[in-house]
Amino acid sequence: MELAERHAGKALVLGASGRIDHSSAENFRVALQPHLEQCKTGTFVIVLDFSGVEYISSVGLRVLMLAAKQVKSQGGAIGVAALQPVVKEIFEISKFNLVIPCFTAVSDALAALSPSALTSHGAA
Amino acid sequence: MLIRIWGSRGSLPVSLGTSALQEKIVKALVAAAGKGIDTEAKARAFLGAIPDFAVTHTFGGNSSCVQIEGGGSEYVICDMGSGARELGNSIFNTHGPDKPHSFHVFMSHLHWDHIMGFPFFAPVYRAGNRIRIYGCHEALERAFRTQHSAPSFPIEFDRLPASIEFVRLAPGRRYEIAGMAVTAKEQAHSGDSYGYRFELGGKSVVYSTDSEHKLDDLAETEAFADFFRGADLVIFDAMYSLADAVSVKEDWGHSSNIVGVELCQMAGAKRLCLFHHEPISDDRHIAGIWRETRRLEEITRSGAPLEIIAAYDGLEIVI
Repeated sequence: MELAERHAGKALVLGASGRIDHSSAENFRVALQPHLEQCKTGTFVIVLDFSGVEYISSVGLRVLMLAAKQVKSQGGAIGVAALQPVVKEIFEISKFNLVIPCFTAVSDALAALSPSALTSHGAA
Repeated sequence: MLIRIWGSRGSLPVSLGTSALQEKIVKALVAAAGKGIDTEAKARAFLGAIPDFAVTHTFGGNSSCVQIEGGGSEYVICDMGSGARELGNSIFNTHGPDKPHSFHVFMSHLHWDHIMGFPFFAPVYRAGNRIRIYGCHEALERAFRTQHSAPSFPIEFDRLPASIEFVRLAPGRRYEIAGMAVTAKEQAHSGDSYGYRFELGGKSVVYSTDSEHKLDDLAETEAFADFFRGADLVIFDAMYSLADAVSVKEDWGHSSNIVGVELCQMAGAKRLCLFHHEPISDDRHIAGIWRETRRLEEITRSGAPLEIIAAYDGLEIVI
């Protein structure tokens, strides 16, 4: 799985797409990992743009849980934004909306996680 | 086949307290206001029409015990949690205490909540009853004997009048027991647990409780999907939310409604029964999990529908 990268000030917006299920979750994890390692105190925040994600299974959610845990331990910040209605419901039913911050739009995530990045995002 | 749930609660039996009971009564009375309900028959009919399960029912508080009827005269039981007490009493009430019976008991594992009903299972106190206890654990017999020993219980195991045998099973091997084909599967739980698949006349039931599913192990996921394959009913440990099961309660040995739906969808199972309810969950909370699970099945369905059932003490499921 490829993640579309977009920089917005001190934020890295990563766009995922398709289904994150038992067959693709490992690829999602591998694609995400290099970015997580860089997401530390004073570097940048990560916003996962899920507008293109149609479905996420338990395995995919677990990848997000581990990502959130890693980033938090490094002093960084990560959030998920623009969830499609089905994916949003999966987050709510699994209670993963309590595990990782979820935002209605990427701009909302930037405003919350990295206000300075919002300006760059708006200019892009 | 007929499946009876005698105990659906996980870890520890619970009871419906006065405040929770009064809350149900209050909600029912308010709903009944102005409807002219002045007889017990009208009241019962009215209750039957209230759609809110948490108002008219309780999921109950007995720990794991499930009966599987296949039409034969012998009893097939999964686990001996506190629900076994009511099962034993029901048998006495139906047949009288003196009619001898044969029982086949399949043990998922030997943790206390799964054996605690045995000393209160009335048939063990009647000579003539034959009880065969099956399991895959080396400590199978020792666990039952220890529970009956001082200082835990006043009646030593060797003084029980019923004929009691212990039979070790090997996981993965297919057995013919009580007219059914039975296969055990090892599951991830502290000290291991075992799920059982029962097959009879083209119907199949899987009893899979106290089982944690490691989501990153694709081979293991596929192995469980095979174990559940085409089952008419999967009784599944849905004790935690997924978020809890993979974070703060990782390695606690239990699973979630989300994983239950996914595995049953992968397996093409027909019904998923949410089982081993968390003791701290009240009826309203469990009813909410049930509602959310039905919704999850609906929005993720790609093939035939999967019926979502929430186990409660006294529930009967016909397959």
